[in-house]
Amino acid sequence: MTALRRPGLFTTGIAQIGACGIFLLHILRALPRSLRYLRETVRQVFFVGAMSLTIIMICGLFVGMVLGLQLYHTLSIFGGTAALGTVVALSLYRELGPVVTALLFAGRAGTSITAEIGLMRATDQLDAMEMMAVDPMAYVVAPRFLAGVIAMPLLACIFNALGIFGAHLVGVNWLGLDSGTFWSNMTSSVDVWTDVMNGVWKSAVFGAVCTLIATFQGYTTPPTSEGVAYATTRTVVFSSIATLAIDFVMTAFLM
Amino acid sequence: MAQRQSFQVGTGLFILLGFAALAYLATQTTSLANYSQGASYDIVARFTNIGQLKLRAPVKVAGVRVGSVAGIALEPEKLDAKVTLSIDDRFDKIPDDSAAAIFTSGLLGDQYVALQPGGSPTNFKSGDEVVLTQSSMQLEELIGKYLVGGDAGKPKPDASTDKK
Repeated sequence: MTALRRPGLFTTGIAQIGACGIFLLHILRALPRSLRYLRETVRQVFFVGAMSLTIIMICGLFVGMVLGLQLYHTLSIFGGTAALGTVVALSLYRELGPVVTALLFAGRAGTSITAEIGLMRATDQLDAMEMMAVDPMAYVVAPRFLAGVIAMPLLACIFNALGIFGAHLVGVNWLGLDSGTFWSNMTSSVDVWTDVMNGVWKSAVFGAVCTLIATFQGYTTPPTSEGVAYATTRTVVFSSIATLAIDFVMTAFLM
Repeated sequence: MAQRQSFQVGTGLFILLGFAALAYLATQTTSLANYSQGASYDIVARFTNIGQLKLRAPVKVAGVRVGSVAGIALEPEKLDAKVTLSIDDRFDKIPDDSAAAIFTSGLLGDQYVALQPGGSPTNFKSGDEVVLTQSSMQLEELIGKYLVGGDAGKPKPDASTDKK
C-alpha cells in the first residue's frame, strides 16, 4: 500500500525538474526588483567569481599543459604538430573551457551558495526576511543567479587564456615547436564569432544553470543539517549532469 | 566600509581581468589578428583554379607573411578566378614581374598565395596585375596523372585486360 502511495523515483525526478523550472520563473520575476540590491550582486560576483580565480587559473594552466603534451604526441604520429595551437585553441574555446569551468564552478561556488542559502533556510533567516518585508528571492537568490551569469563567461575566458598559455609553455618552450607556427596556425583557423563567442554563450548558459540548481537546492532544502548536506551533494551532481547534457544540446545547435 | 571597499576592488579587478582575457582571446588568437594592421595596397592575380584558397589567406614572400587575400571573384568573360592580394605598405619593394602561385602549407594545411620575386627594376604598385601565375595543385589531378603514367589518353595495355 505504501509502495503505491509513495511517488516513484521517476515521478520525483520530474517533479524536481518542474519545481526547478518554476523557481527559474520566480527568479526572473524577482530580477528587476533585485536591481535595488545592486551592491549585493557585486558582493556575490566577488564571492562566486573573484574568489574562484585561483582554482580556475591553476586548472586552466594544467588543462592547457596536458592538452599540449597529449596532442603533441598524437599529432607527431601524423607529422601534424604544426596544428597543435589550432587544436588546443579550438578544443579549449569550444568545449573544455566552458565545461571544465562550469564543473569547477559547481564544486567551488555552487556548493557554497547551496550551503549558505540552506543554512539561511534552516535557521529561519529567510522567513525573518519575509517578516521584514524583504523578498528573499530578490535579496538572496536573484543576486546570486545574476552573479553566476556574469562571472561564468569571464571565468571561462580566463581559463581559456591560461590554457593557451599552458599549451604554449609545453609545446613551444618545452617540446621545441616553433612559436610562429603555433600562433599563425591558430590565428588562421580560429574565428571570433564561431569559436570564441560560441564558448562565451555556452558558459553564460552554464552559469545560469549552475546557479539556478545551487540556489534551488539551497532554497528548497529540508531545514536540517542532514538536509543541507544532501542539498549540497545534489547541487554538484545535478549541476555536473545538467552542464554536460546542455553542452551536447548547445553544441548541436551552435555548430 | 574598508571591507566593503576591498570586495568592490576585488570584483572590479576580476571583471577587468575577465574582459582582458576575452579581448586577448578574441584579438590575438583568432583570425582578427590576421587583419593587416596598417595601410596596404592591392594587386590582382588571375588563376585558372584557386583550389581551396579562402578570403584572408596569407600572402607570403619567401615564406614570410606580407599580406592577405582581400577578394576572390570569378572573371565572367575569361572564366578564371580574379584574386585581389592586399599587401602591406611596408613591403613595397616587390618587383612587378614576380610570379604568384597557390601552395598548401604542410601536407593537409590551408592554402596560401606565394609571391616569387622576379628581377624587374620597377615594383608593384596599387592596381597592378601579376602576369605569371601558377594555379593550385589539385591532388586529384596529380593522382590521375600518376595513374595513367603521364601519357594520358593512351589506354594502358593492362587496363583493358582487367575489365572483361
